[in-house]
Formats: sequence, C-alpha cells, structure tokens
Amino acid sequence: MPITDQERIELQRRANAVRKDIVDVTGWSGGAHIGGSLSMVDMLTTLYWKYMKVDPANPLWEDRDRFVLSKGHGGVGHAVVLAHKGYFPKEELKDFNHTGSNLGMHLDSHKAKGVDASTGSMGHGLCQAVGMAIGARVLDKPFHVYCVVGDGESNEGSIWEAAMSAAHYKLSNLTAFLDRNRMMIDGPTETVMRLEPLADKWTAFGWKVRVVDGHDYGQLVDAIDFALTYKEGPVMVLCNTIKGKGVDFMENDPAWHYGGLNTDMVAKAQKSLEKFDV
Amino acid sequence: MTPEGGLSWTVYDANKLAPREIYGIVLADLGSIHPNIVGLSADLAKSTKIETFGNKFPDRFFNFGIAESNMFGAAAGMAKVGLIPFVSTFSAFASMRACEFLRTDICYQNLNCKVIATHGGTSFGSAGTTHHAIEDLSIVRAFANLTVIVPADGIETANAVRACMDIDGPVYIRIGRGFEPPIFTTEDYGFQIGKAVEMCPGTDITVIACGCTVFHAVNAAKILKDEDGLSVRVLNMHTIKPIDEEAILKAVHDTRRIITVEDHNVIGGLGTAVADVIAASGKGCAFNKLGVQDAFSPHGYPEDLLNLNKIDMDGIVEKVRELMGREFEADEDWEDEV
Ligand SMILES: Cc1ncc(C[n+]2csc(CCOP(=O)(O)OP(=O)(O)O)c2C)c(N)n1
Repeated sequence: MPITDQERIELQRRANAVRKDIVDVTGWSGGAHIGGSLSMVDMLTTLYWKYMKVDPANPLWEDRDRFVLSKGHGGVGHAVVLAHKGYFPKEELKDFNHTGSNLGMHLDSHKAKGVDASTGSMGHGLCQAVGMAIGARVLDKPFHVYCVVGDGESNEGSIWEAAMSAAHYKLSNLTAFLDRNRMMIDGPTETVMRLEPLADKWTAFGWKVRVVDGHDYGQLVDAIDFALTYKEGPVMVLCNTIKGKGVDFMENDPAWHYGGLNTDMVAKAQKSLEKFDV
Repeated sequence: MTPEGGLSWTVYDANKLAPREIYGIVLADLGSIHPNIVGLSADLAKSTKIETFGNKFPDRFFNFGIAESNMFGAAAGMAKVGLIPFVSTFSAFASMRACEFLRTDICYQNLNCKVIATHGGTSFGSAGTTHHAIEDLSIVRAFANLTVIVPADGIETANAVRACMDIDGPVYIRIGRGFEPPIFTTEDYGFQIGKAVEMCPGTDITVIACGCTVFHAVNAAKILKDEDGLSVRVLNMHTIKPIDEEAILKAVHDTRRIITVEDHNVIGGLGTAVADVIAASGKGCAFNKLGVQDAFSPHGYPEDLLNLNKIDMDGIVEKVRELMGREFEADEDWEDEV
C-alpha cells in the first residue's frame, strides 16, 4: 500500500531516533561498523515498521517473516532496530561489544532476540535466506524472507550462487535489498572491484530489479509493494544509499566503515542528526 | 621508516608497532629485493597492513575485492608463472573461506605462495565467532607441503616473513590483530623455521606455547619460580609444522611434564601436534592442552577471552600447579634410551 504522509513522518522519526542510538552505542562500545549501519536504517525501518509480520514478544513464532542481514557487520544498526522494536530492553545496548553481553559486532542468533541468522562472514546470509524461502514453500508456510546484502559483499561468488538458485527456484517469497552505498573498506567499490552494471547483473541472473533511492520511503514502499505481488521469482531492491547517512563528517568516507567515537565526536554526530528531526 | 631494502629492525619500532604493521613494512622491504613478489588482499589491505607494500608497489599489488576464493586461486596461477604471491586476509577467511583453494590449488601443487593471515585466534575479540580463527591451525596443518608458523611477537613476525622466502613452497604465517606485547628485544636470537626457541630454561615442567601465549607463558614461569620455587621451561614453538620433535622429546626426557598453550581450539593445533610426538615416543609424560575447549568462542575483549579460555598468565599458573601434583607411572628404562 502506498505510503501516507503520516506514515512517512513516523518512519522518518523512527529512523532518526535509530540513527542517534547507533551513534551512542558506537560510542559506548569502543568501536562498531557505523557507516554501513547508518546507510541501511531506512530500509530496516520501512521493513520492521510497515511490512514485517513479527512478534517481538514471541521472537521464535514459526510463521514470522524472516530477516537476514547478509552484511552481518551492520550488527550495531540491526541491534538498535531490534531494541526499538521491543525485542529486548534498550538498556542492553549499553553493553554492546562488552564481554559476556548478548550483543556483539556480528549478532549471534542464539543470543540476540529477533536475529534469524548469525552472519558476519560476507556472502553467507543470502544463501541462508534462499534456504528459508525454499523451506517456507516446502512447509507451506506463509512467511516472506527479507535479506539485506552489501555492495562490497556482492564481490563474493557465493552471492551469485545464491542469486542463481533463487531465480532457478522462482523464490517469489524472497526479497533482497542491496545497500548500494558505493563504499567498502579499502575504498569505493568501483575502485576496489568494479560492480557496475550492477542492476543488469541481477537482471541477467533472473531477478526482477527495482532501483530506488534507499533513503526515500515512497520509493522503498513502491518497490516492496511490487515485490510482494510479483509471483514469478525473487525481487532485488537496489537501494542507492549514502554510507554514514545523516552524520555529515562520516558521509561517503570509507574511513568510517568501522570506528570508535569519543564524547566530542558523539556530540558532533548527534548535532548533525538533529537536522533530520521532524 | 625502515631503511630501503635493509634487514635491520630497531627495538624502538617493535615497541610501538603491532605485528601486522611490522609485517607490512618488512614485506615492503622484501619487495625492493625481490621484484617478483606480488601482494594480494580481499578488501582487507588496510586491516592486514599489506597496504604498506601496496602503496610502495602499486603495480604489484592486487585487491580482489571481498572474494577470497578467487584470490587464492589467482595466487596459485601467479605462482605457476613465477611470481611469489603474498596473500593477506583474516585467518578465519584464509583458512576457511578459501580453504580448498589453498589446499588444492596452492598446497597440492606445492606452489611458492605465502599466506600472511592476521586477526588469528580470538584476537578480534568483540567481532565474535565469525571473525575468530580457532580452527585455522588444525585445518591448514592437515595440508601436505604447507609450513605453518605462529610468531610470538612483532620481531618474530619480521623474522618469519623474511625466513619464509627461503622456502620454495607454501607457507602460512598466522599473526594477531592487536599489539601483542614484544618479547624479543632483538632479531638476533637464532630464529629458524622448525626450531623451537627456549624462552626460559627449566627442569620441573615444560610449557610449550605459540603466538601471543608465549608472553603469558614467560610471565607464568616467573611467578611460578618466585611463588612456588618451580623451574619451568618455556618453549616458543613458533613453527607448528614441521614441529620440532627434538625439542619436544628433550622436554619429555628432562621434565616429564608438558603443557601446551594456544589461542586455538585444543583439537588439531599446537597441542595435538605435540601430543602426536609424545604418543609416538612411547614415553610416559603428564600432559595437558590449554586452549579453547572445543567450543565456539563468544565475543568479548581479547584479554577477557584469553582469561576465559585460561590461556593467560593466571590460567597457565593454575594448570602448572595442577599438573605438578599429578602422579604418573615411572618409566624405568627411559634413561638408557635417550
Ligand atoms: C568473507 C569476509 N571477508 C572479509 C570480511 C571483512 N569485512 C567486513 S565488512 C567488509 C566490507 C563490506 O563492504 P560492504 O558489503 O559494501 O558493506 P558496507 O559498505 O555497507 O558496510 C569486509 C571486507 C568479512 N566480514 N567476511
């Protein structure tokens, strides 16, 4: 269903609150993958607050929609979203990364409530998502599988093996999102290992591709609405995004792939995000 | 920072730099001497510090993106035509993601490739299980033709990276993520691949360690001497394969008690390699393996994880005390045989 103005404002509000918490948690934790967490927040917000059928009080509910963060290093972003959604108290975020806590840089599905797959090594999540989508079909379950893939991650051969199999088995109950922030660790994706023409590649692998601005809720919603009605196979929502989105001194700088923040930096980052308050 | 093509290393540098930084600088040095060295990484040039080589020799450095399997296969191809590839990624990905490419393309063909794997063991702490490599030594030790080295600190890393050039075949060198405290003050202590270094002489018990645990073993030996009056031999078994059988047999003979310590699962790594030698000797020896006790290591700060797995100074002291109290059968004819 198309997005209403009220919904848009609520998503924006939620996303900015999530971004602010990502900044705080990065500060408390000593270091986290902040750049790629900030770039995917609008996708996750749209999914968790508009589409996904989940029950935070019953995280293992069999018929829940599944979410796999294939770019598992976005753990800090995902953890904040899960806390906002009510899977666990926000207090737990204070212990992110700390010894003995339930939340580390790459989330563990046995420890963090709401995490459907342990990821962190690139190129595994989409394969697991394919398995879940096949499983839903075999078991005649109604759930949908959502998966967020990194653009750097798309260098991995296994991503394309997964892509091939999802198209082969016509997995229309699988929707993937590509966080096309154009940065990886060693620099821009097109300098380190060229990916373009990326939409053409996914199309050639048998997916329906929708290219959107990954920070525009209207476009995200249109693409997901399409994916949920398209019955011929899997859909890739290729989201053009900005790494470090919202924090001016981090945007598009690969140095902020991973990092720690001191008190001053946290304050500066929060100030930058205040501009997006609605 | 380091003299062009020079082979000297100053203590001052080693006191400030992490082993992977030293690796990058030494490799850049070697690059000036050996024009057919090439560097390869998989979007971890910065993290593994092979970028130091890459910055100096941009035409001889290849970033394969996040695609380790292809990188190891390509390294094999480069070696086939006469290049000497140095391949760097995290230990977990070198040993597991690219496993079969390392085994079948590089080791089976006995190619002159050097794998410098960083962030070994639990050193990437809070990154958790996906980024810990507590299986890598076990996996790569099973590859025929491969030499496996785990340097104890930055200076030993420099020695190992240089020495691996003398081997015309594949070598796997595993270093940590962070600043492993320096143990050596100079490079001139007789580093030799396949030969253990005696860090402390001792006659009551032998602690055999590798990598970051050597530091803790040496400290444990000091405590045990001061508090318990024990004479603890510490061997730095930097080469896991081929293992120094002579040093192990000598330790069995001299001390009859051995503990191994590694930042690795107790299955298949240093402890197993030492156990194989002891078992084959037929000699009685009280023996124990310290390491991760066949579990997936959780996330946490590296020093906490060393403590949790009892492979820091406290853990070693505790285990030595326990083993000193253990009874075992005397072996009557031992003296005649050695
Ligand atoms: C198999 C594997 N190789 C290397 C890494 C180390 N690593 C973590 S994140 C990352 C870069 C990811 O880039 P991208 O997918 O573009 O993520 P984003 O920019 O959105 O954070 C790398 C190389 C890894 N986690 N897994």
